[in-house]
Amino acid sequence: MEIFLQQIINGLVQGSVYALVALGYTMVYGILGLINFAHGEVVMVGAMLVLSALTAMLGLGVPPLLALPVSLLLAMAGCMLLGYGIERVAYRPLRHAPRLAPLITAIGVSIVLQNLAMMIWGREYHAFPQLINNQPHHIGGAIINDIQIIIVIMAVMIMTGLMAVVHRTRLGRAMRAVAENQHAAQLMGVDINRVISITFMLGSALAAIAGLMVSANYGLAHYYMGFMLGLKAFTAAVLGGIGNLRGAMLGGLLLGLIESLGAGYIGDLTGGFLGSQYQDVFAFFVLIAVLVLRPSGLLGERLAERA
Amino acid sequence: MSRANTPLLEVRELKVAYGGIHAVNGITIDIAPGELVALIGSNGAGKTTTLKTLAGLLVPGSGQIRFDGQNLHKVAAHQRVSMGIALVPEGRGVFARLSVAENLLMGAYSRSDQDEIATDLARMYALFPRLVERKDQLAGTLSGGEQQMLAMARALMSRPRLLMLDEPSMGLAPLMVKKIFETIREVAAQGMSILLVEQNARLALQVAGRGYVMEGGAITLSGAASELLGSDAVRCAYLGG
Repeated sequence: MEIFLQQIINGLVQGSVYALVALGYTMVYGILGLINFAHGEVVMVGAMLVLSALTAMLGLGVPPLLALPVSLLLAMAGCMLLGYGIERVAYRPLRHAPRLAPLITAIGVSIVLQNLAMMIWGREYHAFPQLINNQPHHIGGAIINDIQIIIVIMAVMIMTGLMAVVHRTRLGRAMRAVAENQHAAQLMGVDINRVISITFMLGSALAAIAGLMVSANYGLAHYYMGFMLGLKAFTAAVLGGIGNLRGAMLGGLLLGLIESLGAGYIGDLTGGFLGSQYQDVFAFFVLIAVLVLRPSGLLGERLAERA
Repeated sequence: MSRANTPLLEVRELKVAYGGIHAVNGITIDIAPGELVALIGSNGAGKTTTLKTLAGLLVPGSGQIRFDGQNLHKVAAHQRVSMGIALVPEGRGVFARLSVAENLLMGAYSRSDQDEIATDLARMYALFPRLVERKDQLAGTLSGGEQQMLAMARALMSRPRLLMLDEPSMGLAPLMVKKIFETIREVAAQGMSILLVEQNARLALQVAGRGYVMEGGAITLSGAASELLGSDAVRCAYLGG
């Protein structure tokens, strides 16, 4: 029972991060039909930027509780600029090219970003400074610490805010309109390039926050950390139904839970033959299963559109 | 202030190539303020291409479009909306996954006068009472006729000075066609300039003041709608004898 509860907690924390990153994939896919495989690297850049800013500010004697939010804001700004630049330079010229071209470009951008990050921040793991006395709390035999609680609360707040923006504001309406019919949106006076840029920037801001969460939770950041995280979040987006915001959130949480429960019980289930290092297998097993059994994902409904 | 005598829309020698062929091959069209002009012709004559080019969705190869005296050459589609050009596209183009009310608000996207937008919203619901009952429904769940009403109302929400309609009767039941054309008359009577593209030539010429006949990308005939309705050439080709 303790294992179960503990794995649920771990899954929720990890799932919150997946959900934030999956939202970035799904927003871009919804609006452009493009899988932005460089998105995982934006998370990594976000983590690195937070770390650099934080280290610099702590070195100057700025109090940690001021340095952290300022670093996060700087990283978000940096990632938004990066997201804007990626779309502008790598995807916009290919807007009308066959779909394979931007997909390959996305992988190219991903590799470029990884290598740039390696040149800037090096190959080594960077330790995330301990800012708060990360207090563990015991619930029914399981442990959840302060950072994990903050991660889950922040993720819920951010996702609620994003849903409000998308469903209640003029900008959100324009985003949904562009996602559905670019020509008709133009006929309403929507500057679709602007909306697409904003979508990339919003997704990248979420990626920066996710980057902070991951590196704070594990206490580490590394130039390669975005790769696996990106693939998992992409899996989460597909699981929920890519292009669907609620789907990305649901898919993220579910994938986090599946992974951690799987990792927690795989040893028992296989009589010790397979261990928790097989955790990653679950995500990709889920990806394959969804693609085979329900390619539109859990919430990817096909709405009847009458002409 | 626009001068009363100058046309609202002047199209001169407009050529548009579309997929390698000259879909529109040097047409000249004028629309005066408050005029209802019909553009008729058979399938593939270039009518839809003309409207899309006027709206800015297609880039002309050559020729000129002037709106209220201003050259539209460098004006992007989304900017033309705030100048006063609205197009209800073929197939309506309603946002199926947005509610009816949200579709109407999208129509007012280029405006920032919140109070006036609310007034216009109420006016649209009065013009199309069917939309009131359905305002919180997703537009994709509406019938074809209701979607056409929504598309027209949405276009009117931008407070256009020129309303362009592409095949508003297409695929609709006769009763609904009647209702749509009544509305077109009503809107025209309020002084709106309208460019109406229709395959149903008789219907279009009955509401229009003037008409252009388009064939193979060129204007082959033009004149008062009543004259065109009486002309043998039009009668033979488009009115079924």
